[in-house]
Amino acid sequence: MNTIAERIYDFLKAFPPFSMLTREQLLEICKAVDIHYLEKDTDLFIAGKPIKNQFYVVKDGAIGLFREETLALVDECDVGDIFGLRALMRKGDYKLSAKAIEESIVYSISSELFEDYITTNPEASAFLMSSFAANISYIESNPLQPENQTENIQDFFEEQSADYSKNPVHCSLKTSIKEAALIMTNKRVGSIIITENKIPLGIITDKDLRTKIATGLITINESVTKIMSSPVITYPENITVAEAQIAMIKNRITHLCITKDGTPNSELKGVLSEHDIVVIRENNASVLVKEVKRANTAEQLQLIRERAHQVLKRYIKQQIPITFATKIIALVNESITQRIIDLAIAEMPAPPPTSFSWLAIGSQGREEQLLLTDQDNALVFNNVNKSDYIKTQSYFLELAKKINHGLNIVGFEFCPADMMASNPKWCLSLSQWKNQFNEWITKPDQDHLMLCTIFFDFEYVYGDINLVNLMAQGIFESIDSRDIFLNYLGLNALKNPPPLSFFRQFLVEHDGEHKDQFDIKARAMMPLVDAARLLILSKNIKTQCNTINRYEKLAELEPQNKDVYFACRNAFKKLLRFRTEQGLLHNDSGRFIDLQTLSKANKLELKNCFKAVKDIQDLIQTRFKLSQFL
Amino acid sequence: MSWFKKKTYPDFWNKYLANFKSKQNKELDSIRFVVFDTETTGLDIKKDRILSIGTIAVFNGVIKVADNFECYVKQDLFNTETVKIHGLLKEGIHKKLIEREAVIQFLEHIENAVLVAHHAAFDVAMINQALKRLDLPKLKNKVLDTGHLFNKTKLDTSKLHFSLNHLSDRFNIPQHDRHTASGDAYITALLLVKLIALLKKRNSKLTLNDLLRSNNRIGLL
Repeated sequence: MNTIAERIYDFLKAFPPFSMLTREQLLEICKAVDIHYLEKDTDLFIAGKPIKNQFYVVKDGAIGLFREETLALVDECDVGDIFGLRALMRKGDYKLSAKAIEESIVYSISSELFEDYITTNPEASAFLMSSFAANISYIESNPLQPENQTENIQDFFEEQSADYSKNPVHCSLKTSIKEAALIMTNKRVGSIIITENKIPLGIITDKDLRTKIATGLITINESVTKIMSSPVITYPENITVAEAQIAMIKNRITHLCITKDGTPNSELKGVLSEHDIVVIRENNASVLVKEVKRANTAEQLQLIRERAHQVLKRYIKQQIPITFATKIIALVNESITQRIIDLAIAEMPAPPPTSFSWLAIGSQGREEQLLLTDQDNALVFNNVNKSDYIKTQSYFLELAKKINHGLNIVGFEFCPADMMASNPKWCLSLSQWKNQFNEWITKPDQDHLMLCTIFFDFEYVYGDINLVNLMAQGIFESIDSRDIFLNYLGLNALKNPPPLSFFRQFLVEHDGEHKDQFDIKARAMMPLVDAARLLILSKNIKTQCNTINRYEKLAELEPQNKDVYFACRNAFKKLLRFRTEQGLLHNDSGRFIDLQTLSKANKLELKNCFKAVKDIQDLIQTRFKLSQFL
Repeated sequence: MSWFKKKTYPDFWNKYLANFKSKQNKELDSIRFVVFDTETTGLDIKKDRILSIGTIAVFNGVIKVADNFECYVKQDLFNTETVKIHGLLKEGIHKKLIEREAVIQFLEHIENAVLVAHHAAFDVAMINQALKRLDLPKLKNKVLDTGHLFNKTKLDTSKLHFSLNHLSDRFNIPQHDRHTASGDAYITALLLVKLIALLKKRNSKLTLNDLLRSNNRIGLL
C-alpha cells in the first residue's frame, strides 16, 4: 500500500512511454520515484558532469535544456516531457544542462528499474528508440495522441526478429592483429570475433584498427587480445530489431554477438551489426517497391501507395530521421510512377516514336514530398524533324494524358495550375525546352522566375537520362550568358523574409480560408528551398535537387560557410517533419498551421528554423550584392 | 534514577535507542527527514487513538517515495460482532496492525531521522501517548514543525497558526488525498522542501539548529 506511488502512477500513466507499461510495472517504477523541487533558475544537472542512473519527467513547471558553452536554450520540457534519457546509455557525461525555467517539480526515475520493463516491451522500446533518434531533441515534444495509443502496433517491424550474419568471421586468442586484419580483408567484413571453444570473448572492428593500430599505439604483431573489446555484448537469436537498436545505443557499440542462449558463456551463432539493421529497415520499403513492379493496374498501385502512407506515419511517430523517411517515400513514389508509365506505354497503339524522358518537377523533383499532393511533371522528347514534330508531340501528349490519369487514380491529384506533361506547354522536345529555359532566363519577369523555381528542380523519373542531362546543360549555358539572372533569382529568394517576430506578433495569414493560420510552406520552407536552388545553380551544379542534399553539397564546397548551411539543412529537416506531422494529424497537406495548437517546444523549434532562414538570406544578399536592388 | 530502578525495555526500543548513540549530522544535505502525519479518532490526546500513520522521507532536498511507511491501526473500540464484519471488509483494502505493532514498525522506519509534521506537537504527542500505553518513554527524535518554519519566513505575520490547507494554497501545492495520513505527509514534505529552499535563499549556511524551535516555544498545545 503506497498512496503516494499511486498518485504518481495516476500522473505518469497519461504519458508515453509509461502509458505502454502494465499497471504493475508502472507501479513498481512509481514506488521508487524521487521527487525534486526546483526553484526558478536552479540546476538539475550540468553538462560535462557524469550522468546519473536516472532520467526525469516534468510534473509541474518547465525545465530548459541548455548548451553549457553558449547557454543557448536547446529545448524546453513541459509537463509530461521526459529528459535526461542519456542515463539509459549508462556511460558518459551530460551533453546539456537542465535548469528550471519556472518553479518546477520533477520526478526522477531509476533507469535500471525502467530498463527491466522496457527491454521486454517492444512498443515502449520503439518509443524510446525514437526519442533517441531525434538527434537534437532529447524529448518527445509531441506526445502521442491518446486515442492513438491503442493503435495496433503488431505490425511494427521493430518486433521482427533481426536478421543477423550467421557464420561470423572469428579467430582464436593466439591470432596476431595482422593475421586478424588479413582474415577480415579476405572475407570482406568489418569485424572479427575472438573465440575460444566457440565462446565469444572479444571483438575487433574496423574502428579498433583505426584508433589503436593506425595511430601507432600498438604494433600489428601483437595478439588480438591487445586491442579487442571485451567482454562482448550478447543476445539470443530471437533478438528484435528494436532491442538490437536499443542495445547498440545504450552500449555505444555497433556490433552485437548472437549466442545460443543469449549469454556470453554460450556458443557464438552470429553477429548483428548496425549495417544489418539499416538493411532490415530498407528491406521493409523494398518489399513495397517489389510489389509495385508486380502491379498491373493503377488501382493496385493505389493500395500500395496507401500502405506507404502508413509506413510514413509510423516513421514520423517513431521519429525515424526525416531524410530516411523522404528517401523511402520518394523511392516508392518513383517506382509507382515508373510502373504507371510502363502500363501507359503498353496501352498505346504503337511504341514511342523516339526516346523521351519523364520528369518530376517542383517538390516531387526535389524528393521532398512526403504526403500525397498534386502531381507536377513534364516530358522531354528527343529532337525530331520539323515535319514530324506535331505528330511526335501529339503521341507523347496522349501518353502523358494516360500517365496523368493513372497517377490521379493512385492519389496524386491533377495539378490545378496544369503543370503536367499532358499540357502542350510542358511536353516539348529537347531543343524546345532549351529555348523555353533561355526565354525565362533572358526575360526574368515575375512569371518567368516563378516558372524557373518550379521547372529548374526537375528530377529524372523514366526514359532516356541523356535528355535530362542535356536539359540541365542548357540551363547553365543560358545562365552563363546572362549573369544578372542569378541576381533576379536572388531577389526572388528574398521575397519572404523570416518571421522573426513569431512570438510577439503572430505572422499569420490575414484573410482568406486560412485566416489566422501560419503558412509554413511559404514562410519557412520555400525561402530555404529558393536559397538552396540559387546557390547550387551559381555553382553550376544541376544533379542535386533535394534541398537537404543541396545544403550538404554547399557545405562541402564552402567549408567557411558550413555552419550556415548545416543550420539551414537542419531547419529544413525539422520543417519537413513538422509539416508532415501536421499533415498526418489533420489529414491535409500540412501547409497551414494553427499556432494555438503548438506546444512550447514546437514553437521554440520553429523559431530556431527562422534564424537559419535569416542567416541564409543575409548571405545571399551580400553575395549577390542585392542591397542595391532592394 | 538509581541503578536498581532501571527499567528493562523490549528489544525494539533498545534497537531504536541505539540509533541515537552516534553524533548526528548537522548538515542539512545529509540529514534524513521523515515527514509524517497521523489520522486520529479525535483531538483529545488522552482519549483519542491513532487510526493511521503515513510518512515519506526527504533527503538532500529530494522526496524519496521509496522511503515511506504507511499503516492503519486496529481499534479496540471496534471489537464488536458487527464491526468485526465491517473490519474484515476494510482489511481487504488496508492491512491493519495492532497499535503495538504499528509503533514497532514506525520506530524501525524513522530510526534517528529528524521528524517533520505540520503542527508537529499534536502528532508527536499522539505517538508519545501510544508509547506510554506500551510503558515506553517519549520519542528521542528532533522535531521540525512546518507551521513554525513558515513563521520563520515572516511572509505573513498576521497569525501564528496557518492550516495545511492555507499553506498548500499559498505554495501552490495540489491537495490530493487530503486527510489520509500519507497524502498529508506528502503535502507536508513538499511544503518542507519549498520552505527550506526559501530559507536557504536568505541564509546560505542554514543548519538544522536554525530550523529547530527556539526555546521560547509557543506551541499549539
